Amino acid sequence: MRELFKDKEHLVRMAGLFGVGLLVFVVLRGVLIPADFGDLGHYRASALDDNSSVELRFAGRAACELCHDDVAAERAKSAHRSIACEACHGALAVHADNPEAVFPERPEATPLCVACHEANVTKPAWFPTVIPDEHSEGEACDECHMPHAPGFEEVGSDG
Amino acid sequence: MTVNRRQFVLASGKYLVMSAAASRAVGYVLAGSPERAPGYSAHDHWWAMAIDIDLCIGCGGCVRACKEENDVPLEPFFFRTWVERYHVPEGDIEHPMVDSPNGGYDGFPERYREGDGSKNFFVPKLCNHCAHSPCVQVCPVGATFESPDGVVLVDKDYCLGCRYCVQACPYGCRFIDPRTHSVDKCSLCYHRITKGLTTACCEVCPTGARTLGDLKDPSDPIHEFLRTNMVQVLKPQMATGAKVYYADLDGSVR
Repeated sequence: MRELFKDKEHLVRMAGLFGVGLLVFVVLRGVLIPADFGDLGHYRASALDDNSSVELRFAGRAACELCHDDVAAERAKSAHRSIACEACHGALAVHADNPEAVFPERPEATPLCVACHEANVTKPAWFPTVIPDEHSEGEACDECHMPHAPGFEEVGSDG
Repeated sequence: MTVNRRQFVLASGKYLVMSAAASRAVGYVLAGSPERAPGYSAHDHWWAMAIDIDLCIGCGGCVRACKEENDVPLEPFFFRTWVERYHVPEGDIEHPMVDSPNGGYDGFPERYREGDGSKNFFVPKLCNHCAHSPCVQVCPVGATFESPDGVVLVDKDYCLGCRYCVQACPYGCRFIDPRTHSVDKCSLCYHRITKGLTTACCEVCPTGARTLGDLKDPSDPIHEFLRTNMVQVLKPQMATGAKVYYADLDGSVR
């Protein structure tokens, strides 16, 4: 045996070092890379869970209408029927989870109306807009128009 | 049988290496199917968004809802979605004026005059959830990826904050969150769509200018949208496989 490795000791040492290096690499790799890395692709598969477990803020229209079916019926024929509840009333997942916990305040109508219906050159021509000051002379929008059912035909001709 | 020291070291080294490899292999097998969220099968969906330019009124509701739903910093320049205002002067479609005051968060104060022959419209923007995403390709650690259901997501715990992806995105859809120093972007409200809800921006859009669609669901209205409209994606020449489809998109939009 001794005879065989004569004059080759430097090669054996290199091979040994290489072996140790490989071992360290394999062990470190096993420790440092998360167990689920690569299950679905070049990423941590549990990152999907991280992304899907974020808490909701907007409950979604269906959740609102479970309880507020009277409002849903009122709005069903209005020009605003396609607008989700939370577009005006704000994010209310907390209220949907526990109606007692948070009781939402009724939002002031005029700023909400103006956010969409104020005249602007960039808005598409089909969309009904007004110049608020000229249109209502400072009156609140919901003096004439009910946000849930703006009902143009029932109000003045300038609606 | 006697074992000398050399044989013992060699044998134990061999078994150590083999068992490490075997445990990795078993790990893959045990991971099994990739259905992780309960009741939601990622492989049954392929998410996209349809945006109808002619329906966008620039109210900024989507921008406000997105920031609230996803806890995006309120300062300007941090947006997962934003709205741009285009003003294309008459006879000069090569040089449109584009602005987006606070991303459209506060709406758009009037800036242009009627009857000057210009073309004006709003363009809502968000991550295009590319199927061949440049941002995913450059990530050195696998912290951003295309999910099996076609959503480009970020693994915030794994992100180094190196900003390669911020530069790689041709649509400018990524930013570094100043609080966590990791990258952030539109997740297509992954926490909502995996629960059967629509995204926050689509939920509050008053005119239905933007709608979430599942391309793998044959009954999804997005198929009719794609069939009945002239649709375009942004920067098609970059072959990113963008999945945000715009109807009536003007050629001046970049």
